Amino acid sequence: MSDQVDHSRRRLLTAATVGTGAIGVAFAAAPFIASWLPSARAKALGAPVEIDASKLEVGQSVKVVWRGQPVYVVRRSAAVIAAISNHNALLADPGSDDSLQPEYIKASGAVRARNPEYWVGLAVCTHLGCSPLGAFEPNNAFQVAGTDLGGDWPGGFYCPCHGSKYDISGRVFKSMPAPKNLTVPPYAFAKDTHVIIGADEAPKST
Amino acid sequence: MAAAPESAGTGKSGGFLHWIDQRFPLTSLWNEHLAKYYAPKNFNFWYYFGSLALLVLVNQLVTGIFLTMNYKPSSAEAFASIEYIMRDVDWGWLIRYMHSTGASAFFIVVYLHMFRALLYGSHRKPRELIWIFGCLIFLLLMAEAFMGYVLPWGNMSYWGAQVIVSLFGSLPVIGGGLVEWIRGDYYIADATLNRFFALHVAALPLALVFLVLAHIMALHEVGSNNPDGIEIKKHKDAEGIPLDGIPFHPYYTVKDTVGVAGFLLLFCGVIFFAPSFFGVFLEEPNFEPANPLQTPPHIAPVWYFTPFYAMLRAVPSAFGTQIWGVLVMGAAIVVLFFVPWLDRSPVRSIRYKGPLTKIALAIFVVSFVTLGVCGLKPPSGIYPLLAKICTALYFAFFLLMPWYSKIDSVKPVPERVTDHA
Repeated sequence: MSDQVDHSRRRLLTAATVGTGAIGVAFAAAPFIASWLPSARAKALGAPVEIDASKLEVGQSVKVVWRGQPVYVVRRSAAVIAAISNHNALLADPGSDDSLQPEYIKASGAVRARNPEYWVGLAVCTHLGCSPLGAFEPNNAFQVAGTDLGGDWPGGFYCPCHGSKYDISGRVFKSMPAPKNLTVPPYAFAKDTHVIIGADEAPKST
Repeated sequence: MAAAPESAGTGKSGGFLHWIDQRFPLTSLWNEHLAKYYAPKNFNFWYYFGSLALLVLVNQLVTGIFLTMNYKPSSAEAFASIEYIMRDVDWGWLIRYMHSTGASAFFIVVYLHMFRALLYGSHRKPRELIWIFGCLIFLLLMAEAFMGYVLPWGNMSYWGAQVIVSLFGSLPVIGGGLVEWIRGDYYIADATLNRFFALHVAALPLALVFLVLAHIMALHEVGSNNPDGIEIKKHKDAEGIPLDGIPFHPYYTVKDTVGVAGFLLLFCGVIFFAPSFFGVFLEEPNFEPANPLQTPPHIAPVWYFTPFYAMLRAVPSAFGTQIWGVLVMGAAIVVLFFVPWLDRSPVRSIRYKGPLTKIALAIFVVSFVTLGVCGLKPPSGIYPLLAKICTALYFAFFLLMPWYSKIDSVKPVPERVTDHA
């Protein structure tokens, strides 16, 4: 045995110990980090909700809560639906290519709906999550938060926080703070006018 | 060998203080940081704000502890528990207003404290770490204030949390999952409030106190700067005491007491006569409970965030993401950390710098205040344009600093501090 300290051996052992310890710390941290994820209760409360949309008059809307988020269900008039593609040139993403929605909504084109008469979408601005206000009849001089949207306003959504404007299909206009069209959650119809928000298919009636 | 260690070698009779000093460095700490800490004798008005920040920190800690005794961190009870504190708890209104006014006072004091550093070059070598610790304190203070603002669970609390937490959602790939992780639910919910409470009352204050200690230890290691921006340690007397230095205690403890008196006069004036400060310190929509279905018609953060909020809004989304505004806002804070290396002037203090630096600093102050106003106003009319211009000026002040500070003319710097009493 040598009296000399083998420094390289000591360094190796120290490094190995520190490395093993670091892996241990990482594993020990995982439960704490995971404890911030939505709990089992929060997940259970995220179940689909159902609403009877036939109670809406034309031009009316209702906000329902799904997973704590406000969801608009809007009943649109035939005239509004007919005029929906007229302002495509003014929109940032008219085809909803960069926006979030189920495939069947994207496939529906400008109406962005399973049934053109009823529009369903999150009332959550894609900018920073404020809740846009709605005015669903054209040519309303629409006043909100001191902002006059003008007499030629075709109807749609206006976010009071940062001034983003959306058309009546929730498609955002160009040069707005919001980057995307309003998100459409998965939803389905049951009994023709019952909207089930949070499910791609209506549960089979038994 | 077996002699009692306490009396070994001192020969003093001892006494209680001596007994303590043998076991804990009480006298040496007192001397090192107060009685024999020599600070430049030419401190002026701007040097009040460091000790005032400490005072406000203590105010926040004490009033905060008492508020937790009656506050309920649950979405069902939080709003009502604040009303309970305001109406039913004896003197609860005073404790809460001291805390809410203290939050605004903290930022006033800290902004002025930071401005002082910019004025006199207090961040320059060898004080870079003091500045960096200070920037970290500022960053933590913003997180602390934000989470504290959520706790009353008013409608502005709720939607402010919604907006700020959503900022993380703009990060590519991980954004959505990250936001869900922060909230602990699919929306700003009870879980979010409860964890913000934990961070606000335990984790962040602890980190803040440690950082403040590091800030002061670093300061006392290198010694204080002064309005002339020169090193008093260059000229010492026979005992090694700086000729232009005076002991912090009693000279500056007494001077700071005057600052404290003036500060408390204003502070109490706000608490007693205008606790919401005309809707600026406490915003009106926050007097109604959180409503996830109803955004307040106009969302503005509390005034101390508005300059950065205005920058966030000034940047439009591009390439299908609104991350650019978030990046600009983040960069506005990050750039502060680099100031010690951006300033290339041969002198520290504004007193001996030339017109370029003075004009730049003036433009910076005006644009920062203007951004603050823009952030309070709705995003319409002149304000979006004004915010864009001032955002550019804010960054120009920092990013052009290596050039204008270098080519700027300078005046000769005196050897000794100039304000001889």
